[in-house]
Amino acid sequence: MQLIFRFAAGGLIVSLFAVAGDILKPKSFAGLFGAAPSVALATLGLTIFADGKAYAALEARSMIAGAIAFLLYAGACARVMAKHEVRAGLATIAALALWLGCAVGSWLIFLR
Amino acid sequence: MRITFDIAALKRTRWYEYGLRFLFGGAITAATGILAKHYGPVFGGLFLAFPAIFPASATLIEKHETQKKQRAGISDRTRGRKAAALDARGAAMGSLGLACFALTVWKLLGSWNAALCLFTALAIWLAVSVLIWRASRIRLGKSR
Repeated sequence: MQLIFRFAAGGLIVSLFAVAGDILKPKSFAGLFGAAPSVALATLGLTIFADGKAYAALEARSMIAGAIAFLLYAGACARVMAKHEVRAGLATIAALALWLGCAVGSWLIFLR
Repeated sequence: MRITFDIAALKRTRWYEYGLRFLFGGAITAATGILAKHYGPVFGGLFLAFPAIFPASATLIEKHETQKKQRAGISDRTRGRKAAALDARGAAMGSLGLACFALTVWKLLGSWNAALCLFTALAIWLAVSVLIWRASRIRLGKSR
């Protein structure tokens, strides 16, 4: 039941931020909403309720590493799409490996 | 540089595109919960900053810009890709705000009211992101 609630809350919050990104101009400003804490808001709210504040704070600490991985990911996507003839879908999906590598790497080195 | 709203952009997005983003967002939020339960909050927390819908958004931006150009009789895909690259550049700036959001929650959640803490962290994300964006515009001296 909690999983269904997580799914619904996550889908709704992510969609709201995505719509904000759709209607705002210029594009570089709208892009800020691509890195909105939408998943975090949905997850942390439910986690605080179900597992307590200390558990959620631990998740937030790891999220800093995830956000730094996001910075490298988005920077790489911007560079590849601006300089090379690569479709956005391919560039952004392939670069997810970079996010995963950076995030899991920082977990192995600093957080574990 | 003025920030404006383009409400007509909502009409350019199809219903299934909204549905896809809802599915991606819901799936990654549910997956984050499962990962935290199986591997603990330290590992699961990484995925709170997963680029959940960024690939879908970038693809849509490229598609809509390309379609706009095609309607004007131009069959060049470069403009669409450049628009997606600009969006990614904005997301890179927003990710610094995202790190500040996480830092705020980590440091304040233990002693603050949970709702107030999340609201403050959200305000900090927005303020930091907008400041970085403004600073980048001034540094580059761009008007677009």
